[in-house]
Amino acid sequence: MSAPNPLDVPDVTEPYQPRSGQRGSGFLTDLFQLGTTPSATVGPYLAIGLTWEDGVWAAAEVTEGGFWIRGQVFDGAGQVVPDAMIETWQADPDGGFASPEDPRGQATYPGFRGYARASTITGEYEVFTLKPGRVPDGEGGLQAPHIDVSVFARGILDRVVTRIYFADEADANAEDAVLRGLSDEQRRTLIAEKTDDGYRFDVHLQACTDKGMDETVFFAV
Amino acid sequence: MTGTTSASGLILPRYLREPAEKRTPVGFPNYRSTALRAPLRTPVDLPQRLTEVTGPVLGEDRVLPHDADLTLRNGGEAVGQRILVYGRVLDSDGRPVPDALVEVWQANASGRYRHVVDTFPGPLDPHFDGLGRVVTDSLGRYEFMTIKPGAYPWGNHHNAWRPAHIHFSLFGRAFTQRLVTQMYFPGDPLFGQDPIYQAIPDEARDRTVSRFSLERTQDNWALAFEWNIVLRGREQTPFETDDDGDVA
Repeated sequence: MSAPNPLDVPDVTEPYQPRSGQRGSGFLTDLFQLGTTPSATVGPYLAIGLTWEDGVWAAAEVTEGGFWIRGQVFDGAGQVVPDAMIETWQADPDGGFASPEDPRGQATYPGFRGYARASTITGEYEVFTLKPGRVPDGEGGLQAPHIDVSVFARGILDRVVTRIYFADEADANAEDAVLRGLSDEQRRTLIAEKTDDGYRFDVHLQACTDKGMDETVFFAV
Repeated sequence: MTGTTSASGLILPRYLREPAEKRTPVGFPNYRSTALRAPLRTPVDLPQRLTEVTGPVLGEDRVLPHDADLTLRNGGEAVGQRILVYGRVLDSDGRPVPDALVEVWQANASGRYRHVVDTFPGPLDPHFDGLGRVVTDSLGRYEFMTIKPGAYPWGNHHNAWRPAHIHFSLFGRAFTQRLVTQMYFPGDPLFGQDPIYQAIPDEARDRTVSRFSLERTQDNWALAFEWNIVLRGREQTPFETDDDGDVA
């Protein structure tokens, strides 16, 4: 069978059904009927297209329990990357998601959207958010509070994905299926440290042994 | 464990990745900036759970009607060849992705970005910012009226020029579907020397090239290019049962 032409798409009129329980559209016999569009770097000019005034606010400014997560992105020479973009996605404090794709129903938590986008143009990114609740891990347990993170930058051809966990959630972290699959050294790279007004989480795109920097654990999702 | 993931008795979809040989690698030696920035270690597999199969739906509240027309900014008309860029956002199952925020950014007709770090001496256009946003309709359709971007030099190697392209950013519906990519124009003579284009595996490159569309070309006004974007689809395997024998 020859590869399907990705531009020759079927004229499907059935919209994407969030959580219909139906798998697939019923007319496919093979995986990847359409080849996915390959990713590309954001390049050096991402600030034109991807800057939002409200980007850093996953939680509205006055939301009770809100805090800042700040950090820097470092390259393999240990240099600060000033042209990266960080995006975060997480559950609300009750463990719900502000998404129609949550099979438990779309959660609404006052003043919270769960998503933030921040640049590192000042040398440091910052995101204002709430501590996520624990959500089921699909294996009968609960995940530790965590935030999914995407990192985009010039010099990265496909976004890289990591997770933020919290240093003050030691008990939950010890039970977390993802963290338990990692070595102590790897785990350390995913733990945000407590600061005066929130947490600090640095991203190391590569190790820099001269400066004692380890590569952050990145995930294939 | 294959197929479904259950979370408290709920069925979660699983978004399949294409095999590595069909995806853009994170790093590519000929693209020099990847040397110190692309992670070197093999990423750890993260089973898709609730955080990964959900995602923000960032709708119309951040899109204004004129955001889909990049040719009219700051009280005047942009210089250059007007083009209509349109298409559909689908998942790899062929289903339309509605309500998806599509963000684009691009150089102007001279190949210059409105950005402080762009020092290419191509002229800036006061009536072109190079930024557009639109939300897909119920059939996953989007369209922009814009100006064909120019090629520009970028210093990666001697006489390095980027092929004309428009940057696209899409969320899809799930964290796993997030995509940032670039749309190219058919027959660009610069493809052969561009490492960002060359980094894409052979068989997937065509998917980044738009199609000239005479059908939508507007008489006496604008050329048209069609570009369909395909996000990762959901796994097709049947339901599985959980340990209790129930459908998970």
